[in-house]
Amino acid sequence: MKTEILMPSLSPTMEEGSLAKWYVSPGDKVKPGDIIADIETDKALMEYESIEEGTILDLLVEEGTENIKVNSLIAIIETEGSEGIEQKKDIDLNQNEPALFDKSDQTSQVKTEANVISRVDDKEKNHQELNENSSTKQLTVREAINSAIAEEMKLDENVFLMGEEVGEYQGAYKVSQGLLEEFGSNRVIDTPITEHGFTGLAVGAAFSGIRPIVEFMTFNFAMQALDQIVNSAAKTNYMSGGQINCPIVFRGPNGAAARVAAQHSQDFASLYASIPGLKVIQPFSAEDTKGLLKAAIRENNPVVFLENEILYGKSFPVNISDDQVIPIGKAKTVSIGKDVTIISYGIGMLHTLEANIKLKELGISAEVIDLRTIRPIDFETIIESVKKTNRCVTVEESFPVCSIGSYVGSQIMIKAFDYLDAPVLNCTGKDVPMPYAENLEKAALTSPDEIISAVKKVLYKN
Amino acid sequence: MKIPTTSKKELLELYNKMLLIRRFEEKAGQLYGMGHIGGFCHLYIGQEAVVVGIESIKKTGDQNITSYRDHGHMLACGMDPKMVMAELTGRSTGYSKGKGGSMHMFSKSEGFYGGHGIVGAQVPIGAGIAFANKYKNNGNVCFTYFGEGAANQGQVYETFNMASLWSLPVVFVIENNQYAMGTSIVRASSTEEMFARGVAFNIPGKAVNGMDVLEVSKEASNAAEHCRSGKGPFILEMKTYRYRGHSMSDPAKYRTREEVQKIREEKDPIDTLRSLLIEKYKISEKEFKTIDGEIKAIVTESSDFALNSPEPNIEELWTDIYAD
Ligand SMILES: Cc1ncc(C[n+]2csc(CCOP(=O)(O)OP(=O)(O)O)c2C)c(N)n1
Ligand SMILES: [Mg+2]
Repeated sequence: MKTEILMPSLSPTMEEGSLAKWYVSPGDKVKPGDIIADIETDKALMEYESIEEGTILDLLVEEGTENIKVNSLIAIIETEGSEGIEQKKDIDLNQNEPALFDKSDQTSQVKTEANVISRVDDKEKNHQELNENSSTKQLTVREAINSAIAEEMKLDENVFLMGEEVGEYQGAYKVSQGLLEEFGSNRVIDTPITEHGFTGLAVGAAFSGIRPIVEFMTFNFAMQALDQIVNSAAKTNYMSGGQINCPIVFRGPNGAAARVAAQHSQDFASLYASIPGLKVIQPFSAEDTKGLLKAAIRENNPVVFLENEILYGKSFPVNISDDQVIPIGKAKTVSIGKDVTIISYGIGMLHTLEANIKLKELGISAEVIDLRTIRPIDFETIIESVKKTNRCVTVEESFPVCSIGSYVGSQIMIKAFDYLDAPVLNCTGKDVPMPYAENLEKAALTSPDEIISAVKKVLYKN
Repeated sequence: MKIPTTSKKELLELYNKMLLIRRFEEKAGQLYGMGHIGGFCHLYIGQEAVVVGIESIKKTGDQNITSYRDHGHMLACGMDPKMVMAELTGRSTGYSKGKGGSMHMFSKSEGFYGGHGIVGAQVPIGAGIAFANKYKNNGNVCFTYFGEGAANQGQVYETFNMASLWSLPVVFVIENNQYAMGTSIVRASSTEEMFARGVAFNIPGKAVNGMDVLEVSKEASNAAEHCRSGKGPFILEMKTYRYRGHSMSDPAKYRTREEVQKIREEKDPIDTLRSLLIEKYKISEKEFKTIDGEIKAIVTESSDFALNSPEPNIEELWTDIYAD
């Protein structure tokens, strides 16, 4: 019985990888658990174990081959018994879908997003041609964060980074890659898994005038440390009558990731945004991420800096020089329009920009505002826009109850009631814990389609 | 209570259970590689003797609770491999109707309280289950599993204090597999002696060779006896090892291949028991082959069942948020 060995996927977002090493050659006998190859991506290395017992017949890709698509054939084993049939069946299930995540929504998002970003690219490029002094380079959000931290650490020796796996492991999501080598273990500090403890410790260090950047592996785990963020970091300046401030950045991925379910996939933006004493940032583009993170590190108050795992690998043109800082508390009008204002932030911008492409095709001119900072919110920019368009839709990934959108809506009602031609609508995640199943997860998230129908609704169009 | 014996039948039962976990996990790894399982998937390969040894001495009604590395615990406590695999693949026939996934599965009827994704969170919850045992005076013990990395969380020590103060029937099982993601125990812990972590709270502890299923079951039996006799909690440090990466996506640069290979060759819990079966009961190669075939069939059946099951109905998004 011939059994086919396929290129495995190592992570929810992997589409291809390289075959770093074969441990077997044709004719070798293997049994379950034997390592047959090393598979590598930019993020991970996996020893690929056989789950079959049999003899290697043929290796179909050479050692060192890169960009092998997930689920493509890499070797054939001669096995005994029925296992081969079973494996074949698994293959059949995938036959029409060679690239593994083609069928998942996460990737269709990412795919369309690639288009969105290239359109953003074009726009930014035009912009750049006008602006001769700046230099544009392509940066991923991951690189933007990494370089912002490195630059600020070079400028100020009081700045240091601490968190789980930030040093030797190079970051759970590879954000802090190379920082340990550059700055040493006094300034890039691996902690035990003790979020409440190391957060409190960092707050104490900040009270004494040094400047911690605390990385949470994800903000789901910052729940362990919420007390120190809310009760200690945010409030001590006030309680001490201005004697003790807390220059600290709490950062890490926030919001939905892919298929990790209720405890690992949730957006805490509005929760932190409700706390006086904190500043809260959730950027979208690499440029804003870099400029705002630099501002956050220089800020004399505690800043919650919310990143997004799905955005880490996205590439954007970055138009600013290395030392440029983007001020906290300023929104950015990304697209000028007259029919409706769409307000979003973070990964919500991805859905918004995608929706906006279709809206343009429908002849609807949307003004798109990226809040970037969600505490304090730049209401000046919002109100000015709403006074012009008279209609507003908000887009975010967080839960609908007490969302940023609901607060923005209420403020628009207070500050621009007479200008509104329709109620402000909110597109948000659903009011449920994040489910694991692929179809339910998709249904739990907001989408470009939801944004388009909300826009049509405020325009009274069908 | 049941004292662990070493009859042929019992040894074969332990062997079967460990082998089922190993083959099931290998299959899960394969299905992950093919995209049928998503998100995080933490395999238990290498650690099988811990949960199988402990389960062998459990009394009816005893509970267990663990972290996200939970597939082995579910199979060991008698949960149906078909429904476990269906949950892993996000199908309506899974234990949580496809809503929990790899890290969050539960079976109240088997006394399995999860399946917890937040490192350390299951520790006070396990003590809470033990608290209810004492409250109801039902004579049951809750086995509360956590990693040596989780053992540094503050809530573990808050729990130790209460468990000892109130003499709760809880066995804290620290699965010391040497690593927490990419951090070895020496890089994260001021002391390596996990079994001694209860000293300040007056909780006795013992280090156990977690690669030897018989030693595990003997020590678990003693610990459970201690709890049941009203003496309060007990800590078992299980010295074990995970062969695979932390989850499927792992850079694997924090330890050498030789280190892993050496343990697989010298300490493997399944091979060790196999040698004992050959030595003591002269089990033949043919008998082992038959067992292999039977286990393979169970695993194949579980993945066929899972892949042929439908995704949850879309209305399920809105159910189970609150109890009736
Ligand atoms: C509160 C919290 N912090 C961090 C994480 C991310 N994380 C998941 S598993 C893990 C390592 C845990 O190691 P250990 O307790 O030794 O268990 P093992 O994985 O070895 O079974 C980490 C840091 C998490 N899930 N929850
Ligand atoms: Mg561990």
